[in-house]
Amino acid sequence: MTDMFPQQIDVALSVNGEAVEARVPAGRHLIDFLRLDLGLTGAHAGCEHGVCGACTVRVDGRSVRGCLMLAAQAHGAEVWTVEGLSETGEIADLQEAFVARNALQCGFCTPGMLVAAQELVASAPAPTREQIRERLSGNYCRCTGYEAIIDAVEAVAQARAGGAAR
Amino acid sequence: MNKQMTGIGASSKRREDVRFLTGKGQYTDDINRHGQLYAHFVRSEVAHGKITKLDASAAAAAPGVAHVFTSKDFEGVGGVPCGWLITDKNGEPMKEPKHPILAEGKVRHVGDPIAVVVAETLAQARDAAELIDLEIEELPAVIDMREALKGGVAVHDEAPDNLCYDWEFVAENKAAVDEAIARAAHVTTLELVNNRLVANPMEPRCAIGEYDRAGDQHTLYTTSQNPHVIRLLMGAFVLGIPEHKLRVVAPDVGGGFGTKIYHYAEEAFVTFAAKKLNKPVKWTASRSEAFMSDAQGRDHVTKVELALDADNNFTALRCLTHANMGAYLSTFAPCIPTWLHGTLLAGNYRTPLIFTNVKAVFTNTVPVDAYRGAGRPEATYQLERVIDKAARELGVSPIALRKQNFIKPDQFPYQTPVAVVYDTGDYDATMDKVVEMADLAGFDARKAEAKSRGKLRGLGFAHYIEACGIAPSSLVGALGARAGLYEAATVRVNPTGSVSVFTGSHSHGQGHETTFAQVVSDMLGIPEDQIDIVHGDTNRVPFGMGTYGSRSLAVGGSAIVKSVEKIVSKARKIAAHLLEASEADITFEDGQFKVAGTDRAKAFGEIALAAYVPHQYPIEEIEPGLEETSFYDPKNFTYPSGGYACEVEVDPETGVVKVCAFHAADDFGNLVNPMIVEGQIHGGVAQGIGQAMLEHCTFDADGQPQAGSYMDYAMPRAADMPMVNIDSSCVTPCTHNPLGVKGCGEAGAIGSPPAFVNAVIDALAERGVTHIDMPLTPQAVWKAIHGASAVAAE
Repeated sequence: MTDMFPQQIDVALSVNGEAVEARVPAGRHLIDFLRLDLGLTGAHAGCEHGVCGACTVRVDGRSVRGCLMLAAQAHGAEVWTVEGLSETGEIADLQEAFVARNALQCGFCTPGMLVAAQELVASAPAPTREQIRERLSGNYCRCTGYEAIIDAVEAVAQARAGGAAR
Repeated sequence: MNKQMTGIGASSKRREDVRFLTGKGQYTDDINRHGQLYAHFVRSEVAHGKITKLDASAAAAAPGVAHVFTSKDFEGVGGVPCGWLITDKNGEPMKEPKHPILAEGKVRHVGDPIAVVVAETLAQARDAAELIDLEIEELPAVIDMREALKGGVAVHDEAPDNLCYDWEFVAENKAAVDEAIARAAHVTTLELVNNRLVANPMEPRCAIGEYDRAGDQHTLYTTSQNPHVIRLLMGAFVLGIPEHKLRVVAPDVGGGFGTKIYHYAEEAFVTFAAKKLNKPVKWTASRSEAFMSDAQGRDHVTKVELALDADNNFTALRCLTHANMGAYLSTFAPCIPTWLHGTLLAGNYRTPLIFTNVKAVFTNTVPVDAYRGAGRPEATYQLERVIDKAARELGVSPIALRKQNFIKPDQFPYQTPVAVVYDTGDYDATMDKVVEMADLAGFDARKAEAKSRGKLRGLGFAHYIEACGIAPSSLVGALGARAGLYEAATVRVNPTGSVSVFTGSHSHGQGHETTFAQVVSDMLGIPEDQIDIVHGDTNRVPFGMGTYGSRSLAVGGSAIVKSVEKIVSKARKIAAHLLEASEADITFEDGQFKVAGTDRAKAFGEIALAAYVPHQYPIEEIEPGLEETSFYDPKNFTYPSGGYACEVEVDPETGVVKVCAFHAADDFGNLVNPMIVEGQIHGGVAQGIGQAMLEHCTFDADGQPQAGSYMDYAMPRAADMPMVNIDSSCVTPCTHNPLGVKGCGEAGAIGSPPAFVNAVIDALAERGVTHIDMPLTPQAVWKAIHGASAVAAE
């Protein structure tokens, strides 16, 4: 029984560019593994069933709900959180635009929002405001009413597309 | 326009953003204490019942379990207190049944906590909870307020008819209002529901209790908007811990919207359990727990009648409201439908006679308390809906009808018939502005174009007033508050001239760390980055009342201003001594103390250093040091107001409403940071549109929540929100606080629901629809269209 359904699972993965090896409880969610075991508290658990997006992190290049994925499933994966993306400077322009436009208030949803926004602007070179709204609709923000977030993401998308000075 | 780059009036970028954007924020759940245990609450699955068996022995013996707590552990411990006493129309105090930490023999709503398992891991606590032998004899539940008032089933034995209080205001006006309505040329009547909402800050509540045996010191980390209020309520009324032995820390808090004002049982629990188990104890709400245990908002059922004379002047208003309290009284619940609602029923209008009766009702539902706006949205919604309905019945413009009845700029200060005195305002200006923004002139063409596509287009307006800057302590004391509502601030000038400000206000998204620094920078003439704003820790900041009711800048900011004024006054004395001049000859400008008419000057930093290194210093006349504390108690509320417009398109085939445009013209008095104000409006409007279009917290007849997660409680997503067009250029500064500010946190949530609903009704008027209760979901709109068509066809 315990051999077939082990309680603890050994995982080896890359988190923010660093190799991590750990023995995790089989039921440990990725978000809890990141927050509790690795101390990466940037992403938050907001609803625990994949609706709010506060726990969004990047796994193997795609944004993923940290509350819907088990740590065990991340074996062999490359995981990036807001901490790592800040460190490498990959989202520095988004972060600057969020400050410039006041695109956050309490900040709780922001790390997840940034990961989702980065996936959007990296994949769609010149999204319309409607496309930005649609793509970010997987991330709840209860404070800003979204408008400033849309503004910030639009500004970064335009700048990255070389349209900043248009 | 010459935009300011710093200080008051500048859109300074928020300094707090940097830590939130890089994942360095420190929210309560980000804190983990060495050796902490985890608490799992066992909550009632039924709305009403008797606990007939509760045996935790097997759970207590389960792996990792430290203890299973039940109400027996809390014998001699107080219940969760209520902070506001309302007096019944008969002079009796409201019914105030005990709200125990854990259920004592009876459960009264789904989610009522019964037991708590504390274990080494959360998984162990949850697993052990399954072993608790719990039997509950289910009782019939009362959910509907009118049914509850019939009695038969009592939520509390003390209130056999479930009536908490029956409140009349202004009682002396009752007969005159009745008579005016009877004599009126026209009376418009509207029955409406202000739908129950769940505040849903993105951060679920969390609490960590810690106990230091050596010093007999308790620490509570909690998701609170007002740590000192929690320390007072929990220390004095629940656990009996003196304040010097209790520290409450509310670090970064991920949104509040009212629901993190209150003292909750979970906070008392972890504090109590940490001492008993001598280990830190942590509890974090799951989202479904939040739906069952966070105090909810609104839930009024109202009949409103507006009387008009033959010239369309408002002559009287009568409002009969049932207000749901839920199963227990949350901290400020009783004052929301009364003093925060009844006193705003004059709106922006000269209505001479107003009477309201509010029946507050216990039901087997989650407790209800303040949510963004709290009482004022309910007052504004009924007024702005009934005025629109009256205009339609009378065949006059709803804008003209409002303007005709507005209080005029030369009538301030204006004593309303419902106790409050408005200090200042210009409602015509904000109404005109929003009409201009909404391009009323072009609406007919837009409506015709929409019609060509088979869509019904509507344009709706609303004009709100709110009472913010809560509140003069003597006034609220007379009205039943069990606390003062001043704010406190300590300004500490450090020896090398930087400044630490310790404020009793709490920031959980409002940007105080930036705004307050702007105020101090402006007053002292030093850069904003030389100023640090400290909040959220009872061991660091003076006794403050916290953040709610759009009060932080008007009350908390004023306390800071007072302290800075004292600093400048003392610094001037020191400067006079150092400059060997008379104090009267010293000027202070741009951070420089100067002898008037000379080039002799001392920088602010030099004075600070002299105060702490008092070598050549008038030690006989003034103490060393440069630190001042002030408590500011406002003389009046502040009264922000504004005109809102909403344009919608309804698809009559599906009932889907699309918000095409939204315009807000607000008068917030002076603005310290226009960018932050804009963000507050955007967010408030989103929550208001959420209430009007999407959000509804309902219970079935047995009291089971029908919205218990984000899968079944709809909140606005990015794609649901329109562009919001904002103007805050109409400014009538508040006359009684030093900054002339009024507060902006709740306005968006107050003005937007009536503007939205008025727009939809405008669109559907041609189909005979006169009212739809919120939320205006596609189903509700479709039913209204087809119900009205069916009636019209008969």
